[in-house]
Amino acid sequence: MIDPTLASRVQFAVTTIVHIIFPVMSMGLAPFLVYFTWKSVRSTDPVYEQLRRFWTKIFAISFVVGTVTGIVLEFEFGTNFAAFSTTAGELFGGPLAVEGMMAFMLEATFLGIFVFGRERVSDRLYVVSSVMVGLGTWLSALWILVANSWMQTPRGFEMVTKNGQPIVTLVDPIAAYANPRFPWMYVHMQNAAVLSVALFMAGVAAYYVWTNRDTRFWRKTMKIALLVMLITAPLQVIHGDAYGRHVAETQPQKFAAMEAVWETESYVPEYIVAFPTSMDDLTDPRAKDIFGIGIPGGASWLASGGDPNAEITGLNEFEGAPPVAIVFWSFRAMVGLGFWFVLLAFWAGYRWRTGELFEDDLLHKAMMGSTVLGIFAVEVGWIVTEVGRQPWVIQGVMKSSEAVSPNLTGAEALTTLAGFVVVYTGILALYTYVVVRIIRQGPPETEDLASTESPDAPSGVTGDD
Amino acid sequence: MTELLALDAGPLLGLPLAELWFGLVFFILATFLFLDGFDFGVGVLFALQDDEETRETMLAAIGPFWDGNEVWLVVFGGALFAAFPSVYANLFSRHYLLMFAILGALILRGLAPEFYEQRHDEQWQTWWGRAFVVGSVAAPFFLGMFTANWMVGATGTFTVAGALVGLALVALTVVDGAAFLRLKVRGDLQERAGGYGVRALVAYLALVVVAVGYLAVARPALRSSLASPVVLGLLALSVALGAAFVAATRADRHYVAFGTVAGLVAALVGVVAAVIYPAIDPAAGLLVEDAIVSTLPLNLMTVGSAVLLPLVFVYFAVLYSAFSGPMDADEGYGSGE
Repeated sequence: MIDPTLASRVQFAVTTIVHIIFPVMSMGLAPFLVYFTWKSVRSTDPVYEQLRRFWTKIFAISFVVGTVTGIVLEFEFGTNFAAFSTTAGELFGGPLAVEGMMAFMLEATFLGIFVFGRERVSDRLYVVSSVMVGLGTWLSALWILVANSWMQTPRGFEMVTKNGQPIVTLVDPIAAYANPRFPWMYVHMQNAAVLSVALFMAGVAAYYVWTNRDTRFWRKTMKIALLVMLITAPLQVIHGDAYGRHVAETQPQKFAAMEAVWETESYVPEYIVAFPTSMDDLTDPRAKDIFGIGIPGGASWLASGGDPNAEITGLNEFEGAPPVAIVFWSFRAMVGLGFWFVLLAFWAGYRWRTGELFEDDLLHKAMMGSTVLGIFAVEVGWIVTEVGRQPWVIQGVMKSSEAVSPNLTGAEALTTLAGFVVVYTGILALYTYVVVRIIRQGPPETEDLASTESPDAPSGVTGDD
Repeated sequence: MTELLALDAGPLLGLPLAELWFGLVFFILATFLFLDGFDFGVGVLFALQDDEETRETMLAAIGPFWDGNEVWLVVFGGALFAAFPSVYANLFSRHYLLMFAILGALILRGLAPEFYEQRHDEQWQTWWGRAFVVGSVAAPFFLGMFTANWMVGATGTFTVAGALVGLALVALTVVDGAAFLRLKVRGDLQERAGGYGVRALVAYLALVVVAVGYLAVARPALRSSLASPVVLGLLALSVALGAAFVAATRADRHYVAFGTVAGLVAALVGVVAAVIYPAIDPAAGLLVEDAIVSTLPLNLMTVGSAVLLPLVFVYFAVLYSAFSGPMDADEGYGSGE
């Protein structure tokens, strides 16, 4: 029978890998929707009302699927990682509880008004509800990342033994919750979400432009998405570079895995591509002989912030190593995509300047091909973060192998793991189907807009407009 | 830092925080069961309707509310995790398969209406309609099983007490859903909902009597706590509230009827809490005073909750008042198109 530790970890991975797609969509769409809602109220141009309605549909389905797949996560710490929950609950439970009360409640209640209540509330309350939903999604991420970042750079606690179990005791809440990793993670994640959604919008718009069904709606969508890409794509790369240095300082083991540095060395090259000369080494890049193209001193330069001769501590000096290949390749995928998004944004920005934004077929194909690549980059980025900290669940404090529920049997864990693989794959397929359907239906026609604002609105209307 | 150091010195304002948090955890559970309960109940009653317009009206009635209602379960998990981490860990890992049965049912119940509305062909809607009903029956049933297993300190997944309380909770959510529909719909469905509510109430009270009787016979260790004045008082209150529900339903006093359902849910959860106390996880032998987190995080959580929970009630007040009064079939998921 399968090892319950392995099954629990794979199950958590499946749950988070599927779940994260939906918050990325809702957090990324939130600022766009606030803008569309505000403009649809203030402007007489019907395109903003179309934009609001169309993207709200995608937002609503993303939010609902995110809710049901996310509730599971809150319970999995208890079901599968009871030892972790007992040890870290005093410090880790608080942010999750506050997330529920402060953020999830805010977004879930105002979502009802935002999705269903356009004709029941005033313009002002409607705009407020869009802001509240957006604020809720961003606060939600804040508390989840407070909890996660503490596991990466744990601070503000003492270990005590209570009833024979090691217990993390909170001594300094500010040090614990405003830990060194938190601001890095939050900025990187929120910017990634906005960039991912901008890429998504641009990709969908490009499809309509490319197939010559480019209404004003899709041209507008593309321009807004492009504007956001031009800001967020370079910011993500610049921020990511500094974030990498922070990881090298605070989690040197993870940085060594990202660069696959086994022996402590100076003047370490940054390999752009690296292939093992023997297929046996595919899982341990650079463990042995490789063929690679690298920038001499590049990794040292990144780790130190400009010194190509800086020393990088190798993996062999740490106790246990993460699965290096997963971290190494995921990191390269993320960074490569980050540069591609900058290139794509500048290319499209250049075409916009020359007035050929809607004429360049190759650009449109590149945008279509990049529709979900932002989300993919988020996935591989999180894989670097979470696989890269192994074997630790709390860096330097508790190992993942010690975190699993002591009474969990392999049979139970395998049963739910199989269930999760089936159910979450099904959910992802259905979500994709519904989103594609919404996109195919396209935006509401401008002549339809007026009809639903008609005086036959239901009783109980509180609108003052 | 001085204020924070003061938070470390002792319980906030000298309050009995462990007991307050025990009460708060069960209050949150009761709020969840009452609010999401009407979503479940509407889902169960959905099975009895075959008219398209009626079904759309029912989905429209719960559409804006269910997501917020379900967040109370998240807050329940979070509050338990923050205040009683060892209970959160022990309880959820002990009832491993049951927890995932609850979560699976909630996934089905939450997604089904969303997908139901995406396409208007018969086969698609038949299947998602069924999924909605199955999830709406299974979620309260498994939640009832979980609550009963927690109360009796069961270590296995299936217990007779769990099954009885599970069925009782399904019946109670039907009462809840019927009372909610009386508020949100008009016409024929509103009439029928009264009948459903009264019948489900009779079933609920009968199941409670059977469950209490069974526990008194089969679980001698629980006899003294079941015979305590608090538990007996809450059971008597349930009967009185049941009578009030029937009277209010007959008199078309919809808000009063809905209020009595809130009382019924609170009484049920109150019985569970009263039987469990002074333990908080009987199966693990954990007492409230032993399982509570240390002073500093407890004080922080208390301050945080004292600020945030009133705000949550404001959000709910805004939402429920925006959608006060009856809903139309075309107001639901299809609106905004």
